Amino acid sequence: MGSYNYLGFAENNADFLKTVADKVQRYGAGVCSTRQEIGNLNIHQELEQLVAHFLGVESSMIFGMGFATNSMNIPALVGKGSLIVSDELNHTSLILGARLSGATIRVFKHNNMHSLEKLLREAVCSGQPRTRRPWKKILIMVEGIYSMEGSVVRLPEIIALKKKYKAYLYLDEAHSIGAVGPSGRGVTELFNVSPADVDVMMGTFTKSFGAAGGYIAGKKDLVDYLRSHSHSAVYASAMSPAITEQVTRAMKCIMGQDGSMEGIRRIRQLAENTKYFRAKLKDMGFIIYGDDDSPVVPVLLYMPGKVVAFAREMLERRIGVVVVGFPATPITEARARFCLSASHTREILDQVLHHMNEVGDLLCLKFSRRKRSS
Amino acid sequence: MYEGCTYIYERERRKPEGSHWLRLHFCLPSPPAGRMNFKNMREYLAWLYYQYLLITGIYVLEPWEKSIFNSVLFSAIAMVVYTSYVFVPIHVHLALEFFFENFGGQPESTMALMS
Repeated sequence: MGSYNYLGFAENNADFLKTVADKVQRYGAGVCSTRQEIGNLNIHQELEQLVAHFLGVESSMIFGMGFATNSMNIPALVGKGSLIVSDELNHTSLILGARLSGATIRVFKHNNMHSLEKLLREAVCSGQPRTRRPWKKILIMVEGIYSMEGSVVRLPEIIALKKKYKAYLYLDEAHSIGAVGPSGRGVTELFNVSPADVDVMMGTFTKSFGAAGGYIAGKKDLVDYLRSHSHSAVYASAMSPAITEQVTRAMKCIMGQDGSMEGIRRIRQLAENTKYFRAKLKDMGFIIYGDDDSPVVPVLLYMPGKVVAFAREMLERRIGVVVVGFPATPITEARARFCLSASHTREILDQVLHHMNEVGDLLCLKFSRRKRSS
Repeated sequence: MYEGCTYIYERERRKPEGSHWLRLHFCLPSPPAGRMNFKNMREYLAWLYYQYLLITGIYVLEPWEKSIFNSVLFSAIAMVVYTSYVFVPIHVHLALEFFFENFGGQPESTMALMS
């Protein structure tokens, strides 16, 4: 119950992976070069067009590594004299990219629009720290779904703020692409927001697509600039053909381009699983963080001793869970994080819920004081 | 105190969870939802010991570290019990004497003056 396999594309099915095997035969296992030298394959360009079409933007660019997509591209976008306004609970790759860029970093409280507005107002009014000159660029960095909280970003409000204060928005949809939205297009579809409003859309193929790597999408000028100015684009080696094919096949399946209803079925199954699992856990009395739509379900355990005990008990009952403690979370808020998948059937979920009930009773984990329906 | 009383009252109305660490001092952890069928007292005590290990966090330690912690805690509690048994009545007696000095205090000084 802990893998990021949101749509079940990480399955070990020989039929589905036939095209991947073909590509490996044709192109080899690895590319051994950067995109700028001799590593640019036609499948890379096709995948970029496919990603752009999927997201509804002008153009996109893919990278071999998701972490590097963030950490190497943010320094290309902002530099000294710019301001980065980032959420409290951003991922390490975003923080690293921000620090490497040399821009000033200000942090606002998690998903708190008042805090963000105050920061933006103060930044626009006072300008750079000593010289009081206006900032060259203000970049707001948020994530689609935060992986430790399961909370979804408040996109419409951030876009309103961004337009009011003339800032740019960098949206990291690592967990939300493919997993939320009626057709899997991510948080922009969930909130019915036009993708053109988000300046830089970034995402990874690791979670919902069962592959590796990341992408950056947006206007054509932006992507063309990044192709020549980003460290990852120029120096890092390109995505290997097998992974490119896996992403292509997964994306075509989600979009329905391979002619079957499999993609839509998986997205609907994931949404159903999410709703069912969350409702049942809340009923039982566990404290759950996060939005009702997000497939990431953190169950709060609070005590460090219970973290270990929970993992052991669930393993004894043959369920593998991911428990998280300090320093990924605050030390008093240790949690067990469940990641739902479209490949989970109702029986699997029922079994897990039954065992959760037992373990919750054994370890006294049902902290919720809400009135329960039973 | 009031909160503790209402907590114990509400325990009959709906079965709340047991030992959230902030509320430990209100009542003993109750086996939640009546789902845990303890066949005998030994099982219940074993479960209580398990909860004690979890809450104090020594569940994660090696057995010898657990025994060290347990012996230190036990000796501290034993010393507290001994001290309270020996000294609390004496202190209470002295305090009462200080505040209400006609409470079996010194004999009246008129006797000393007369003799």
